[in-house]
Amino acid sequence: MSTSLSKIEKRTAYTLLLPAVCLVFAIILFPIFANVWISFKEVGLKDIRIPEPRAKKIVKNIQDSNFELKIIYKLRNSSLIQDIREVRFSDKLPKNIEPVNLDKRCKFNSQKIKCFFGNWEAGYRENFEIFVKDVNNNAINNNDIKSYNPDLNGKSNNILLTTDFTLKNFKKVFMNNNFFELLMTTFYFTFFGTLGAILLGIFAAQLVNQKFYGRTFMRSILLFPYVGPVVALAYTWTLLLDPNSGTINSLLVNYGVIEKPINLLGQKYLIINILGFEFKLRLALTTVIFFEIWRYFPLAFLFILARLQAIPRDLYEAADVDGAGPFRKFFYITLPQITAILSILFMIRFIWNFNKFEDIFLLTGGASGTLTLPISVYQQGFAISNIGMGSAVSIVIVLLLIIFMIIYFKLIGKKANEI
Amino acid sequence: MKFKSLIITLLASSIFLTIIICIWKILATLQGLSFTNLNFNLNLLLSLGLVITCVFIGKKFNHNLKIFILSLSFTILYTFLNENSPMWFSAGIFLLILFFTNKLKKYDLKYLNQDFISEKIVFEFLSLFAIVFFALIILFPFYIMFVTSFKTQTALLINPIDLSIDFSKNIFEIFKSYFVIFKTYDFGKYILTSSYVSVGTVLITLLFAIPAAYAVARLNFFGKTFLSTSILIIYMFPAIVLVIPLYTVFSQLGLRNSVEGLLIVYTATTLPVAIYMLQGYFKSIPKEIEEAGLIDGQNWFGIIIKIIIPLSLPAIASVSLYVFMIAWNEFLFSLMFLDNPKTFTLSRAINHLTGDAETPRQYLMAGSVVVTLPILLIFIYFEKYLVSGLTAGSVKG
Repeated sequence: MSTSLSKIEKRTAYTLLLPAVCLVFAIILFPIFANVWISFKEVGLKDIRIPEPRAKKIVKNIQDSNFELKIIYKLRNSSLIQDIREVRFSDKLPKNIEPVNLDKRCKFNSQKIKCFFGNWEAGYRENFEIFVKDVNNNAINNNDIKSYNPDLNGKSNNILLTTDFTLKNFKKVFMNNNFFELLMTTFYFTFFGTLGAILLGIFAAQLVNQKFYGRTFMRSILLFPYVGPVVALAYTWTLLLDPNSGTINSLLVNYGVIEKPINLLGQKYLIINILGFEFKLRLALTTVIFFEIWRYFPLAFLFILARLQAIPRDLYEAADVDGAGPFRKFFYITLPQITAILSILFMIRFIWNFNKFEDIFLLTGGASGTLTLPISVYQQGFAISNIGMGSAVSIVIVLLLIIFMIIYFKLIGKKANEI
Repeated sequence: MKFKSLIITLLASSIFLTIIICIWKILATLQGLSFTNLNFNLNLLLSLGLVITCVFIGKKFNHNLKIFILSLSFTILYTFLNENSPMWFSAGIFLLILFFTNKLKKYDLKYLNQDFISEKIVFEFLSLFAIVFFALIILFPFYIMFVTSFKTQTALLINPIDLSIDFSKNIFEIFKSYFVIFKTYDFGKYILTSSYVSVGTVLITLLFAIPAAYAVARLNFFGKTFLSTSILIIYMFPAIVLVIPLYTVFSQLGLRNSVEGLLIVYTATTLPVAIYMLQGYFKSIPKEIEEAGLIDGQNWFGIIIKIIIPLSLPAIASVSLYVFMIAWNEFLFSLMFLDNPKTFTLSRAINHLTGDAETPRQYLMAGSVVVTLPILLIFIYFEKYLVSGLTAGSVKG
């Protein structure tokens, strides 16, 4: 009895899970594996269109005969790169109408014209003509003939399904002189973006954890940057920082803080002179990092606030008795209590920032020293139109991600469930 | 008398007052006043004077009368300092000083004589700074977005820092950008598409996630632990690594440029987190209720519909709102999959606007307001649910 019950339970579980698992498999897991496949191929954006035979049907009257007609099919191979093999053609004629002197490649049988055109090379074009006449010598209605659409099909190689592989893409990715810089930029962006967001999150959480007038209002608006759509916020910041007539630059110039507007998003380096030493600051990258911090500190804030509110009150009361000030309370009570959550948050946010695409893409498009790995995927795949290269960069991302996840689960995977 | 705490109070509070007055001045500049100098040092000196008088007068007079007189006299001084300032500017300064002197109420000499007080004072003023700082960095961009959408291109080119709205124009002129984006750029249709996609994603996600979450939470089956760990791992994989294969496959299947394609992708990417959030809640429902249902002869379908869903409505609400927010704000997939303006979502449409360098910025900002406002209103109205959704799902972002 119990075995049959557990069997039913199992079957129910699988039925309930099946739709979700299938969908996730098709849209998330399959692409990850497909990336591996594509990354070993030389595929461009234009190659992914499957070539197909096409025909445009034109019906023409022949002079001094209204029971004969000419049908012209403008045939072509839709692809300029790939061949189509074994092209077959079929079209239907109205009743009592028959072709005259039909092309050798075709046969006429029970109102249908069937043709076998063989192979079409890339960019193939032909004007294929058929003369038809009415058996009973009646006038033919053009529209009757036009009402049928020709049907074509052929075989072609889908470049994605062939089995010729190459290491070219990976060679290009790793041998590229800029690969190291790309990696470093990604790490800078990720590390400082994460760190800054968490630091700001701690401040915000510490602030909202106190009692003051307008606290609930403050808590709501602190989440605005994350809740707002990235497109709107990124473009607002682009306008704010615009060197020509952006609000911030204009304000700074107006108050004489700077003489000339600074192109915060378009300038790769800013040379700063401190005590005779020259420092090169990655200006655009720094700006992008600040945007990242601005947009994602609300998440850190939420997480930390939830933890802060769970710290037992009596710890603070004991500290009050000892005469500890707010800073000591923070460093000796609050901070030790939230270190666990901070480390988890750091790891998770690190992984997510590592993959951030939209923010940089919308702010700079990867220009002026802000090219990170995710942006590189887009650039290779869609700007340079080399799908294979894009996939190869994706594979690099996935591999690094797996390393991060292993570290994450080794270090704090079990702790995460306890908190 | 503790000099240390006295000096700290004087410095911290006068710097705070100076900074909020400077911020007020900058905001006034954006309303068209032509200040070119913040007069930081002079302001600091004045603020110091105000604080000193305030602290030393202490509680000798009626508090309300004291702060009123002090505010009025110092407002006159500040106004004298910033010549040609209109009434509303001075009124703002008056309110700021009134608020500030009221805050200073407790800092009399007796208060400053307590033990360990200096650290507390620093902390209190840091908190005030933090409130101003966070409010400013968060609200400023939203404010600029909103105000710019009411300006005209020529006005912005002549004076980019004058963002005041000219109310003397008729209503059509003021809202011109909005009329243009709805008429010329077809934003009405994009709003419909975006709503359709977002609501559709929520519904399909719930349809798939509720049964799956129930199975993970309640039923025993082979591979359960594997499945529940892989949910989180799958969730960590970012959209950018999925984009190329999905793009190629969707192109070949003809799913690009279709709302259905977007629905499929959005649903799949939000499913893991939806399942994760829901199963956590389902586990907290007492098993006995379901067992009672079983005895009454319900099958699993009945149990989910009649017991689980009604009991977990709050969790379903937060999942729905979270998924809605993700779908509404999503950009990467809509950028990749949609090239045809007929199927654009709002985010994609705004991105499309920037493709043309000639597009005036007020249209861009009007579009941004149109896409931001609904989600912010939803957030404010359903804050409780969305916050719990965000906290649970904040591993992602």
